[in-house]
Amino acid sequence: MGHELYKESADGQINPLSGRKSFYILAGLSILLVCVASIFGADALIKGRMHVYGLTRDIPLGLLIATYIFFVVTSTGLCIVASIGDVFGVKEYMPIATRTVFMSIVMILSGFFVIFFDLENPFRMAIYNIISPNFTSNIWWMGTLYVLYTFFMIFELIFLLLYWHRLAKMAGLAAVLCGIGAHSNLGAIFGMSHCRQFWYGPYMPIYFIASAIMLGCAALIFFTYIAYRLANEPMEGPMESAMRAIGKLTALMICILMFFTIWKIITGLVGGEPKRVAILAMLKGPYAINFWIFEVLAGMVLPLVILLKFGFKNMKTLFYASLSMIIGIFFMRYDLVVIGHIVPVLYELHVREFSGLLSYTPSLHEIMISAGGFGIAFILFLIGEKFFKGHKFYIQ
Amino acid sequence: MVDEMRRREFLKMGLTITGVFAGGTVLSVVSQFDKVFASSKDYRERYPYKPHYSMVIHQDLCIGCELCVKACAKTNHVPEYGYRTAVLERHVEDAIGQKREFVPMLCMQCNDPPCVRACTVKATYKDKKTGIVMMNYDKCIGCKICMEVCPYNARYYNEEKHAIDKCNFCFDTRLTKGKKIPACVAACPTGARIFGDLSDPEDKVFKIVHQIKQPVWVVLPEEDTKPNVFYTKGVLL
Repeated sequence: MGHELYKESADGQINPLSGRKSFYILAGLSILLVCVASIFGADALIKGRMHVYGLTRDIPLGLLIATYIFFVVTSTGLCIVASIGDVFGVKEYMPIATRTVFMSIVMILSGFFVIFFDLENPFRMAIYNIISPNFTSNIWWMGTLYVLYTFFMIFELIFLLLYWHRLAKMAGLAAVLCGIGAHSNLGAIFGMSHCRQFWYGPYMPIYFIASAIMLGCAALIFFTYIAYRLANEPMEGPMESAMRAIGKLTALMICILMFFTIWKIITGLVGGEPKRVAILAMLKGPYAINFWIFEVLAGMVLPLVILLKFGFKNMKTLFYASLSMIIGIFFMRYDLVVIGHIVPVLYELHVREFSGLLSYTPSLHEIMISAGGFGIAFILFLIGEKFFKGHKFYIQ
Repeated sequence: MVDEMRRREFLKMGLTITGVFAGGTVLSVVSQFDKVFASSKDYRERYPYKPHYSMVIHQDLCIGCELCVKACAKTNHVPEYGYRTAVLERHVEDAIGQKREFVPMLCMQCNDPPCVRACTVKATYKDKKTGIVMMNYDKCIGCKICMEVCPYNARYYNEEKHAIDKCNFCFDTRLTKGKKIPACVAACPTGARIFGDLSDPEDKVFKIVHQIKQPVWVVLPEEDTKPNVFYTKGVLL
């Protein structure tokens, strides 16, 4: 049945995206973003990154790392959501299978694009990651597992397109295991940084996985809705049903993330002085708008209210909820990286040089390269929609 | 009278231990002696470096002239935007008498360095012979994770070297070229920085660290990185 569907789709006469103006406008803008970002990236490469980025000795990671995390969070979340249908056999999730897996690959590639411009010597990494591995390094595990994850996801996609379910399931399982391993290691990069109290502890790896599932759901709703809008097609019944299921999972994940956030604040306020200072900077200091307006309101409260008030059947409200979440979660990642740095590591030495909060403003280079990551994500998404003709392989 | 004097001494010691005068980071004095005792038997077995390069900073001898910073920059070609060593300033408004003191900082050459654990490709490593935390500049991928996890803010990215740079006790620029002490130690006009070998019982550094009469501490002991840079105050031994 599935194979017939694939053939039907592959042999279909109509390509729903051909000739649509909105498609080409969006594609043109995305390509433009990527080109501009590449120019800024090349400039950073020539001038030296530390000279053109807003980073300092005290805040060595900023917007680019936050954007990278955002993309890999999305990718991992999409992979986990895809596995519900592909690996664990929940049929309701099958219509989303190929788009989810494809977008998961797209997101990790967007992440790689951004991190390429953050790493000072990315080519050395390709060499020394293999010939001089450090098995105690979270970055080594994250990088290695994400490369494996990308390969497994590509294989999963190929097997899904060929309707080789058994192999797709095996590749999907391997991908989800690598993805969770890689992503929790990304969380552990922060969680194992003992001198940064805002991050330190087992919370980070767990939080990263929970927020990945939430963002994966939001991204899936977001891109599926846009795909159907661009194609100007009504959503098929099974796809609508899958979207409803994803919507419910999204609501659950928002509640879990709210729970995580509340306890992070409560425990942080009774922690050591640096952690308390960082938490207060987030609650009522320079990052209060980011936290309350974007993280809390846009990222969690508003989408939850939309989902609960309008239910899970209205695709437009699902889309608005997902858009709100995506914006909110981007700020969550940015705040997580930056607020972790604003209290100097030598704060408790009570020296004049490190007596106050540090500040960070992203440079134009960082902003443009980050925007280029979104350009990559959009152009690959559009190419995918066109190439795979709207991902209709498992609709029935 | 005797009781009153003892009480005062006791209170003074208490203030020193809790760090009121030493910046909240005092580790030493008898109660926690084992933690700072750098060469107990177990310690020597675990960290068998020879020479075990180490430094003691006599904090109240530092006058904040920053000649050490300048000498370091000149010797090791440190660019203007970076530093391998710094002299920080602490101002204690409520203190009686002297209200200001200086805290020289550099890489602590930790025996359990978080940077070495975190480095993706072993570009930073603990030298097996000397215990110095070294950099292999050619390997550094510039992920900056070592800067993230260093509790002492001892690292910076050197755009000219295309790698992270840090203090190595002038190993490549002086110690392997016949000089006995790093540039900062040589430049210090007051002798606030004492450099030596922690594995040699006759060495001055060894003697300072292995006594209990005068407080010796490390910066941020709660990080448990087992630094090889120690701090002390008071009358020179």
